[in-house]
Amino acid sequence: MPGTLPPAAAEQVVGGGEKMTLNPKATVMDEKAIKQALRRIAHEIIERNKSIDNVALVGIRSRGVPLASRLQAYLKEIEGIEIPLAILDITLYRDDLSERQDQPEVHTTDVPFDISKKHLVLVDDVLYTGRTIRSAMDALIDLGRPATIQLAVLVDRGHRELPIRADYVGKNVPTSRNEQVEVNLVEIDGKDQVDILDLK
Amino acid sequence: MQTLRRKDILGLEEMSAEEITLILETARSMREIMQRHIKKVPTLRGRSMINLFYEPSTRTKASFELAQKYMSSDPINVAGTSSSLVKGETLKDTVRNLEMMNIDCVVMRHPVSGSAHYLARNVEISVVNAGDGMHEHPTQGLLDMFTILDKKGRLEKLKVTIVGDIRHSRVARSNIWGLKKMGAEVVVSGPTTLMPPDMEDFEIRFEPSLDDAIEGADVVMALRLQKERQEGGLFPTLREYAELYGLNSRRVEKANEDALIMHPGPINRGIEISSELADGPRSVVLDQVTSGVAVRMAILYLLLGGTKEE
Repeated sequence: MPGTLPPAAAEQVVGGGEKMTLNPKATVMDEKAIKQALRRIAHEIIERNKSIDNVALVGIRSRGVPLASRLQAYLKEIEGIEIPLAILDITLYRDDLSERQDQPEVHTTDVPFDISKKHLVLVDDVLYTGRTIRSAMDALIDLGRPATIQLAVLVDRGHRELPIRADYVGKNVPTSRNEQVEVNLVEIDGKDQVDILDLK
Repeated sequence: MQTLRRKDILGLEEMSAEEITLILETARSMREIMQRHIKKVPTLRGRSMINLFYEPSTRTKASFELAQKYMSSDPINVAGTSSSLVKGETLKDTVRNLEMMNIDCVVMRHPVSGSAHYLARNVEISVVNAGDGMHEHPTQGLLDMFTILDKKGRLEKLKVTIVGDIRHSRVARSNIWGLKKMGAEVVVSGPTTLMPPDMEDFEIRFEPSLDDAIEGADVVMALRLQKERQEGGLFPTLREYAELYGLNSRRVEKANEDALIMHPGPINRGIEISSELADGPRSVVLDQVTSGVAVRMAILYLLLGGTKEE
């Protein structure tokens, strides 16, 4: 999963147990860029939905959650109302469970409101293959029938494997499949920074 | 710890505190699914399971089957009395044949202690012990610990008093192993004749006086008096047992004010526990049932949610 890697150049066990080294290549977003991107997305959410009265945010664990919570704060700043925020854990909806050697850890989903007829904005850090978003949509539809599901991501790195696109993108970052996008957020990693790492 | 590297769940004796913690944490997420309008996740789609019950069961069987269905797997139930066991087929043959139908997991309750271990050694699929004789009932132990953890926020340093027929109780054995690993203090009470002969191995305290055993307890757990497992003469009469070891409101006054009252069910009302206590505000008997489904969902996920290295 992008964004969950240990600090750059740390040794990382990938897939079947082979070790890979990650070399930092470039920083593509710093604290200021992340802030600007999220503020812009907040404005786009308002424009697109006309009003945010019926909009709710759904953060995908783990880094989608602080991002959604920041969007909630920006939206409150601009519109003066606090829209509902949900936390979604998609582990049980993954399509690669029978291919993975180990079961990923399950965390709790916390959706404290009825999602039916709401305009939901799914929030995640990196959009890559689209499989996480597919799982998230399945999970949401099991919880009710939202009016729309929209997608906001901090980074779109391309290489989609499913017909999915984001409605709100912080930054488009062209990457190769041999690269990793590492998103650091203050709430989890102690700093705000997006790096590209090379898998060698 | 993030993953459970086991083929089977046979008992809590062989499990580590880390493994138990992982199961209990996963169960918390599973309970949230049970509260949804659509109580189903697609996680174990395409996995098939057999529930093989050679002893009567309502709660455990229903609980496993619901857990299997909430996880989208396909369970089938085989009851001992209607199976080819009565035609003389051995357990190993029965399960090996079922295994050839490409099932992924067998959940078994059997009257013989050690039968789950025996089965696990002889088949490649996952075996979940739903109670083997007087030996262990690991999912019950786990659901009891889940219930306590949920209400008390911890297991460590809690005083848990288990009352009744420890000797014949697989529920007691699983609870004792599990609770001790999680750092709880376990005290048992009941007639001396109903204490296990190998009690020293458990390193628990035996208090023949119920009042002393209950003093300062955070949890008081009554066990079912297993009439079907009683050889003659272990205690004089049910009435005398109820008199000496039956739990009631007056008796548990010695426990901590916020002590939990537990019973694995089915309850013999008026014998192990009085109705007013079992139905009272401190009783978590019904929470235990809900916990059971969540814990079993967690176990199935942790056993079957990934492919195992062979």
